[in-house]
Amino acid sequence: MNATGNVCRSEDLGGYVLVVVGGEVDLSWSQQVRDAILAALGRCDGVGVELAQVTYIDSSGIAALVEGFQTARGRGRRFGLVAASRQVLAVLQLARLDKVFPLFADVESARAG
Amino acid sequence: MNAIVRPLENLGRATVHSLAGMGYAAMLLIESLYFSVAGSRIGQPLRLRAVAEQMRQIGVDALPIVALLALTIGVMLGIQFIAALSEFGAQSQVVVAVAKSVTREFGALITAILVAGRSGSALAARIGSMSVSQEVDALATMGIEPVRYLAAPALLAMLIMLPVLTIFADVVAIGGAALYSSPALNITPTAYVMQTLALLAPGDIWQGIAKSAVFAVLITLIGVSTGFSVQGGAEGVGRATTRAVVLSICWIIVVDMIFSYFLNR
Amino acid sequence: MTAATAPLIEVEKLEAWYGRRRILNGVDFSVNAGEIRVIMGGSGSGKSTLLRHLLGLHKPRSGRVRLLGVDIGRASERQMLAVRRQIGVSFQGGALLTSLSVGDNVALPLREHTSLDEATIRIMSRLKLEVVNLGGFQDLMPAQLSGGMVKRAALARAIAMDPKLLFFDEPSAGLDPVVSAELDELILRLRDALRMTIVVVTHELESAFKIADTITVLDQGNILMTGTVDQVRDCDNQRIQDLLNRRPREIQVDADAYLKRLTEEAA
Repeated sequence: MNATGNVCRSEDLGGYVLVVVGGEVDLSWSQQVRDAILAALGRCDGVGVELAQVTYIDSSGIAALVEGFQTARGRGRRFGLVAASRQVLAVLQLARLDKVFPLFADVESARAG
Repeated sequence: MNAIVRPLENLGRATVHSLAGMGYAAMLLIESLYFSVAGSRIGQPLRLRAVAEQMRQIGVDALPIVALLALTIGVMLGIQFIAALSEFGAQSQVVVAVAKSVTREFGALITAILVAGRSGSALAARIGSMSVSQEVDALATMGIEPVRYLAAPALLAMLIMLPVLTIFADVVAIGGAALYSSPALNITPTAYVMQTLALLAPGDIWQGIAKSAVFAVLITLIGVSTGFSVQGGAEGVGRATTRAVVLSICWIIVVDMIFSYFLNR
Repeated sequence: MTAATAPLIEVEKLEAWYGRRRILNGVDFSVNAGEIRVIMGGSGSGKSTLLRHLLGLHKPRSGRVRLLGVDIGRASERQMLAVRRQIGVSFQGGALLTSLSVGDNVALPLREHTSLDEATIRIMSRLKLEVVNLGGFQDLMPAQLSGGMVKRAALARAIAMDPKLLFFDEPSAGLDPVVSAELDELILRLRDALRMTIVVVTHELESAFKIADTITVLDQGNILMTGTVDQVRDCDNQRIQDLLNRRPREIQVDADAYLKRLTEEAA
């Protein structure tokens, strides 16, 4: 966690990596999120991105999620967004991406789905 | 009373106007050079791709027409010098006369006039229509300095390509003169070229190149500054294009004369 | 934190001149974060001039303009650049660079101002085209687009950097009612999803009332009023009611000045 309250950490749940993101995801550090997601996809079959604590996400953050999802599909891995906050959903809806990403309410359903 | 005051008033206004124009062009020059050197430090980097694209448009695309005109000028000089010098029985001086007049004068002049017509007008038209359609404003509000994005690459490309084109024109023109005059002089074209090379001093070629660098600055600044100051829609763009070409050619010829005077004293 | 509560735009006593004609007479004006402000006025009201000052395209001759807390009359190049990276502008005619494809136009601010990965830039710019319903049009040239599409592409470019502050000049000018209604809808969604502060300059009443949180009415270089949609509707100012009801204004005739204009050689 850095001074601004932004979070990006990966939790290994045994065969499934949960990337927990929180705070204001913007241009200044979204590359970090991208790298974390791509790294997780490199070592695991299933990756979820938890977005419950995200209060703002800009399009570079969304781009990181899109790139992750596309990479996962290319390699036949599972990928899902977990507990996306209202703010994240609003941005996803703006670009109709809510109909593209697999959205899950919690980690258990994401691992099952 | 009005009959005297009016023309004076107009003259004064025109003088102020042209002085302002020169000041603006000087500012453009300084800004362009500044962005070329220090742009990347202040978040306004000069894009090499843009410079390369301009170099292609200004230089490479002009090669055929420059070749054609240079060849014609070479042949023409051959004709004139043979005619004029044979009156004094000085036909042997044709080679040196052609060599010096092409490298010192005609190579740079003809190339500059051609590039002013091709690229000076294109710059004025492009930037002019961009001003009219608010594209220049859009660049500025995006934080992309229009001078850095539009003027600096053109200036740099012109400064590189005009001297290169000038050397190319020198070579072609002397080749043209060799083809025409060697039969009249009873020598082979190869011998003609060898003689030219022996007679030319580096200073002759440098004179042409130095001039062409100055012409490059003139053509770009006049094209860009008339482009940026376009007003009044499509008609304004048309006027600016014509103005850019006429102004460039006038300045080129005047500056050429001044240069020749000081370099050949 | 004061930065969050301070207005994003503050204009104090701004005057603007065009030659000897005064276009703005000491305008005071401010816009708060998260607001959609519509600047309304007929042609010649000075709204375009005000907008050009807000965009930093003109330096104020007298008065002050502060954008995101920076006095743009006195800002250094570096400060100005920092401000410009946080504002987006959609011009009336679109002002897309005709030499670049639609996709490259939208990607231009990202390429110029960020060191993001090219893959990220591609996704971000195409995402913006999706937002404005131009998905898949990235390879077309601006000349191949219709009027409504140009406006939407310009909007996509304006929001490419996820600006805090978005300016929109005449969103509905020259568009059919359906397309302009779609654009209005889009403006509202942008504010809600991306938390943008939006300033719209328009003379279209219908669209102004639909999108505005607050409206500033400008007339002949003066601000007649700033208020909510209802306040403006219920206002009893004669000029505002004229504007709302599309009544032609009454022109006062000064006989001396009129005759002078008609007859003198150099008016």
